[in-house]
Amino acid sequence: MDVDYALLKKGGFMRQKQKNCFSLRLKVVGGHLDAKQLSVIAEVAEKYGEGYVHLTSRQGVEIPFIKLDDIDDVKTALAKGDCEPGVCGPRVRTVTACQGKAICPSGCIDTYALAQELSERFFAKDLPHKFKFGVTGCQNNCLKAEENDIGIKGGIEVKWIEDKCIRCGVCENICRTKAISFEGERLILDESKCNCCGRCTKACPSDAWENNEGYILSFGGLFGNRIHKGEEIIPIIHDKKTLFRVIDTAVAFFGEYAKPGERFRFTIERIGEDIFRKIIEEAYNG
Amino acid sequence: MADYNIDEYTDITDVVCPVTFVKAKVAIEELEPGQVLSIHMNAGEPVQNVPRSMKEEGHKVLKLNKNDDGTYDLIVEKGDE
Ligand code: HEM
Ligand code: SF4
Ligand code: SF4
Ligand code: SF4
Repeated sequence: MDVDYALLKKGGFMRQKQKNCFSLRLKVVGGHLDAKQLSVIAEVAEKYGEGYVHLTSRQGVEIPFIKLDDIDDVKTALAKGDCEPGVCGPRVRTVTACQGKAICPSGCIDTYALAQELSERFFAKDLPHKFKFGVTGCQNNCLKAEENDIGIKGGIEVKWIEDKCIRCGVCENICRTKAISFEGERLILDESKCNCCGRCTKACPSDAWENNEGYILSFGGLFGNRIHKGEEIIPIIHDKKTLFRVIDTAVAFFGEYAKPGERFRFTIERIGEDIFRKIIEEAYNG
Repeated sequence: MADYNIDEYTDITDVVCPVTFVKAKVAIEELEPGQVLSIHMNAGEPVQNVPRSMKEEGHKVLKLNKNDDGTYDLIVEKGDE
């Protein structure tokens, strides 16, 4: 029998060194699996694998030792528990996310909802090389946004509300970037220092801040053979429409200009950072 | 800046989160509404969380003073029951 390994790999079946065995990668969005999914994964690992799973570095789940002959049965069994195989190869991979503001006290954005939107729009999309999205809820960066081809970090743009402020000084003391100071009774916010971490507004005992949530994007991150920190080239974005316009533009740039097997960062370098920057700025401005 | 007279002191630098808030909460329960508690705390997590937690419990944060040794004193007025 001729086996199309490329097709299997595309469908998340990773060939192992052991003959006719595959480590089956599952589709996971933002590190979220419900109890039903977990129990069917356990069942499949027990029945068709060797009774364990491997958790990948990007919130994925792989079930090793799936036999070639069982592949269709495994897919059917997984589908019953709302699980499906993931992907590998030159396409959009698992969208990762921290728990974000739905759970975490530091969170500035709803990371999981955004990861789902990104996954629906881009997951498994064929591109010249692998392409990774990661969503992190705030500057603490638990999800390490900048190691992704496109990283998204939540932020809050804050505005002081003078007549609600009791001048307690909490915000001034907890701001890590020293963006806040007082001149007598007036709070001075140095916007060039503020990184939109949201600590001031979260700690304020008097709700004396107006909050404007947003997304801080980074482009061209790599964390494999070569390491490059994704770069922020546009200001924080406050609406989803602009966010997706910019992301669509970046993905289209990669689809159009990348050579097969070239990561996003290298395409940006080869075509020119200034050209890429201009294209993204245009998309940002609408 | 607000004027205040401190009625009671508590030191929460000897405990770690989440006991910091518990200890502060116990201390303020001892007071009458309108009385003022000074809470001595370390930088970091307590400063981030205790002022807001105090407010959520219905008390009024008056001031956060930074000390030379890097610790803080949070001045809180007890709210009405
Ligand atoms: C829903 C509420 C909270 C969530 C979801 C949360 C989440 C987390 C997470 C994920 C970690 C990292 C744990 C790890 O190393 O694996 C952490 C660490 C920590 N959290 Fe929280 N946290 C919460 C509330 C709080 C509060 C209220 C405080 C203090 C007032 C606090 C203090 C800390 C401290 C001190 C650490 C560091 C612990 C260490 O270094 O081992 N957390 N928290
Ligand atoms: S990145 Fe921020 S929001 Fe996400 S888990 Fe870490 S602290 Fe919470
Ligand atoms: S958002 Fe963060 S960096 Fe900006 S002023 Fe507030 S605490 Fe400072
Ligand atoms: S924490 Fe809030 S109330 Fe206190 S000084 Fe800052 S803005 Fe004013």
